Amino acid sequence: MDFLRPAGWEEALAAKAEHPTAVPIAGGTDVMVEINFDHRRPEYLLDLTRVAELAEWEATDRTVRLGAGVPYTRIIEELRTELPGLALAAHTVGSPQIRNRGTVGGNLGAASPAGDAHPALLAAGAEVEVASVRGTRRIPVEEFFTGVKRHVLEPDELIRAVHIRRADGPQQFSKVGTRNAMVIAVCAFAVALHPRTRTVRTGIGSAAPTPVRAREAEEFLGAALDEGGFWDSGAPLDPSVVRRFVELCAGACRPIDDVRGTAAYRRHAVGVMARRTLGWTWEAYREGEGRTAQCA
Amino acid sequence: MAADRTASAPATLTQATGATRGTVGESTPRPDGTLKVTGEFAYSSDLWHEDMLWGFTLRSPYAHAAIRSVDTAEALALPGVYAVMTHDDLPAGTHYGLEIHDQPVLAKDRVRFHGEPVAIVAADHPETARRAAARIAVEYEELPLVVDEATATAPDAPLLHPGRRDHHASHVPHPNIVHRQPIRRGDVAAARARADVVVRRDYEVGMQDQAFLGPESGLAVPAEDGGVDLYIATQWLHVDRDQLAPVLGLPADKVRLTLSGVGGAFGAREDLSMQAHACLLALRTGRPVKIVYNRYESFFGHVHRHPAKLTYEHGATRDGTLLYVQCRIVLDGGAYASSSPAVVGNAASLSIGPYVVGNVDVEAIALYSNNPPCGAMRGFGAVQACFAYEAQMDAVAAELGLDPVEFRQRNAMSQGATMPTGQLVDSPAPVAELLRRVKALPMPPERDWEAAGGPVDVRALPGGLSNTTHGEAVVRGVGYAVGIKNVGFSEGFDDYSTARIRLEVIGGEPVALVHTAMAEVGQGGVTVHTQIARTELGVDRVTLHPADTRVGSAGSTSASRQTYMTGGAVKHACEAVRAEVLRRGRERFGASHPAWAEPERLRLEDGKVVTDGGEVIGDLAGILGDEAIDLEREFRHRPTEPFDLRTGQGFGHVQYSFCAHRAVVEVDTELGLVKVVELAAAQDVGKAINPLSVVGQIHGGSTQGLGLAVMEEIVVSRDGARVRNPSFTDYLIPTILDTPAMPVEVLELADDNAPYGLRGVGEAPTLSSTPAVVAAIRAATGRPLKRVPVRPEHLTGG
Repeated sequence: MDFLRPAGWEEALAAKAEHPTAVPIAGGTDVMVEINFDHRRPEYLLDLTRVAELAEWEATDRTVRLGAGVPYTRIIEELRTELPGLALAAHTVGSPQIRNRGTVGGNLGAASPAGDAHPALLAAGAEVEVASVRGTRRIPVEEFFTGVKRHVLEPDELIRAVHIRRADGPQQFSKVGTRNAMVIAVCAFAVALHPRTRTVRTGIGSAAPTPVRAREAEEFLGAALDEGGFWDSGAPLDPSVVRRFVELCAGACRPIDDVRGTAAYRRHAVGVMARRTLGWTWEAYREGEGRTAQCA
Repeated sequence: MAADRTASAPATLTQATGATRGTVGESTPRPDGTLKVTGEFAYSSDLWHEDMLWGFTLRSPYAHAAIRSVDTAEALALPGVYAVMTHDDLPAGTHYGLEIHDQPVLAKDRVRFHGEPVAIVAADHPETARRAAARIAVEYEELPLVVDEATATAPDAPLLHPGRRDHHASHVPHPNIVHRQPIRRGDVAAARARADVVVRRDYEVGMQDQAFLGPESGLAVPAEDGGVDLYIATQWLHVDRDQLAPVLGLPADKVRLTLSGVGGAFGAREDLSMQAHACLLALRTGRPVKIVYNRYESFFGHVHRHPAKLTYEHGATRDGTLLYVQCRIVLDGGAYASSSPAVVGNAASLSIGPYVVGNVDVEAIALYSNNPPCGAMRGFGAVQACFAYEAQMDAVAAELGLDPVEFRQRNAMSQGATMPTGQLVDSPAPVAELLRRVKALPMPPERDWEAAGGPVDVRALPGGLSNTTHGEAVVRGVGYAVGIKNVGFSEGFDDYSTARIRLEVIGGEPVALVHTAMAEVGQGGVTVHTQIARTELGVDRVTLHPADTRVGSAGSTSASRQTYMTGGAVKHACEAVRAEVLRRGRERFGASHPAWAEPERLRLEDGKVVTDGGEVIGDLAGILGDEAIDLEREFRHRPTEPFDLRTGQGFGHVQYSFCAHRAVVEVDTELGLVKVVELAAAQDVGKAINPLSVVGQIHGGSTQGLGLAVMEEIVVSRDGARVRNPSFTDYLIPTILDTPAMPVEVLELADDNAPYGLRGVGEAPTLSSTPAVVAAIRAATGRPLKRVPVRPEHLTGG
């Protein structure tokens, strides 16, 4: 196994172009496990930790450009306001040691349906910036995943950054695991209220071959909020609306039975998380969080 | 904040300080404690030798298959490979086992479980060894599976071990049953006719793993005399040696074992794992060979706790008196016997719990199957039974409308009670008192997640940082349980320990050297032995010799026996050394003081010989001079006898130990997630030799029981008998956020048969912890919960 250590981004792209089988590695929290357990023996490892720009983020009015190599710990510490949903999700990743090393770029690259960042990215609204020596393109995160541990990247492409919409309203993230820390998701759910566009977005993890949005649920709730004048009134949600939203979220799952949980439980749990996280975000909205954003 | 509620020792205990002398009864810090938590302790996986080779094991991907052919040519052709061995290359004995020698060192023509070793490789690099193993071509032909009692005893069931000739073969009802132990006392049919309340239920216990942190590892070094030196993490050096020597074709004295750093054991190191493989490769290549399993392989490298199916029927009168218990316990022993027969004996003899029941009809069996081999794990057969009988006690109490603690207390045994085996309980058995104590403890505060008044602290809630609830659907439940565990090896086993003590003067100061073969696996013998030597010999400086086979056997570090047994041997040897000191003193200085003639009036203290009146009449340095005293002694507990194979009657156990728990849980009833808020324990330890370690053992055992209650299970596929979760990603053990505050009440009621009156501590807390937690979850959810571990879908019906 050859270990490639590009000093800069252009060099990294060149290396990937020259060795398309090279496996990029940042924190190593996924890749090294696979290597140590002999599940994977790549010809080349492409170490991206010397590419300094990957470990940086910058915020503009509407988005945060998160370098692919920013570890979870820094998201929790530095981006709690801009990306509250992702910060909550980052908090559920592994142990403190894993959060110090693991990155959103790596989570996307692994493309596991159980990746903790994915539901939060889906709910917030995000685009993945990928590049190769041929050029750069931006892929909406909902189009990024193509199957279990598969994504749309070409063999010569690398993930450079994720452009995530800055929160303009309350966001929440919940994850069910069978212990109270350091656990892979049995299933996960994220919701983000977007008062500026008067929309609601969701993300579901570990309950389908890829992370998915519950689009029908989003559209239903968006319409119900709009029609009922809820964005302006901040009135409590009608229980029948919540019930329908929950049904549609659970219905968006295509779960399986596996060693971590049953399909029926996953669908049930996604429904419970959808109800609770919607309740928490709406309560926060009613209390003022994001209600000024509409005028911005 | 939840993170601040770390498990702590009660304030009433003596805390270890620099001022501690480290004698019996004082909290004495472990010499290896700081090294372990800072990562500096050398474990067996850290062993290294110049020129050493790395061993690797090829394992079966099938649970049951005939081996049609094995071709090693491709593997041998790989540069860097020094040896490849299969069953055909074994030089002498081909099988081993703790009680029944039924396990092949390498599979011959048949594999019986997923992960069974088929071939071994030695190479100059672990990666080369791994690649070479992948080049070994094995042709398998899958065979029908035995996965449970029905498939084991079906008319056309394949026999796991045809032609059995072991000492259980003649009395078992089917050759796929390893051992069967009934226990009969009184008249259950008559008692049933008198019962006002009858509760009959089925229970199931999943396959728990010991999940020690230091995987199987060791280093075998070939010696010039044709023998081998093995540096190894194990639980019993001498029983390893006794199984290895016939396999290596060597006399026992040419197989020398030295204990290396052990990263936990809990029973999983009682059977051989890589010991024979490393020695065989070392002798074959003439080079030192190291083998280290990774976490994945470790799940296939050791036995697990027997999964069990249990059926219990309890009958009681309206006033809350237990009339009878009938039960049947089916343990799945997997492919090889390991310690299944002894686990059966324990499960049967302890199946009723610490209660007085006049009429008993018990049957316990262990199966041979194609599931992973099961054997020793902390609690050893008593854990499975305790889950079921304590669930039954709650169910009967509920039927009677009685408080579950009060119902238990009414039927609790005490000193002088008779076990279902007919054995008299002849030392303190404070079962009712232990229950009273845990019940009397103050309750942890309600809705603690709101305590700060600020935002919700999710760490105090079910789901923790996963942020699944802010208090919605969270219901509290409280549960109680108590258990009974035997201490030491039972059923007539000649259980002994050896200690060698050398007392000499070094630099003008008396120094004791304690040499035993006791495996320190974390239980704390390293402090206990020095404490005993300090106390008995009155010296400050005590050194522990590395544990090895150059001294007599210390027996196994299991069955909660080492403080009793090897501690007893150290005490016994120290007494012999003291007698010799006094004899020499009398010889030289007898004329100087009349007290020399009455050695029973003399004791050793601070390096001096002191009379019972406190007068100093000599000092060790002067008495010993340049001559050391060096004595080896064996210590035996009182003899036991086997249980009758038909009635189960017999004086089978050495000592009993008792622990009670109260669990307080909070359950998210919609998501089925559980947070154990507090797990309080009360245990009688006879005498706390090292109180700090005693509390540590109770905390550890309680936590391991909590793990079985809510998360720990090796999942085996029913269609292929394959292990589905051999990793710490999917075999979950409690993290610190799953580990609650654990107040501990320690009782010290002496057992007059035991050294210092002590009682083995390590296992009892593992028993009652599981049923207490599950009882609390039942109380919170109202669900019957007849299986552990409880999974979220059991609580949501999903």
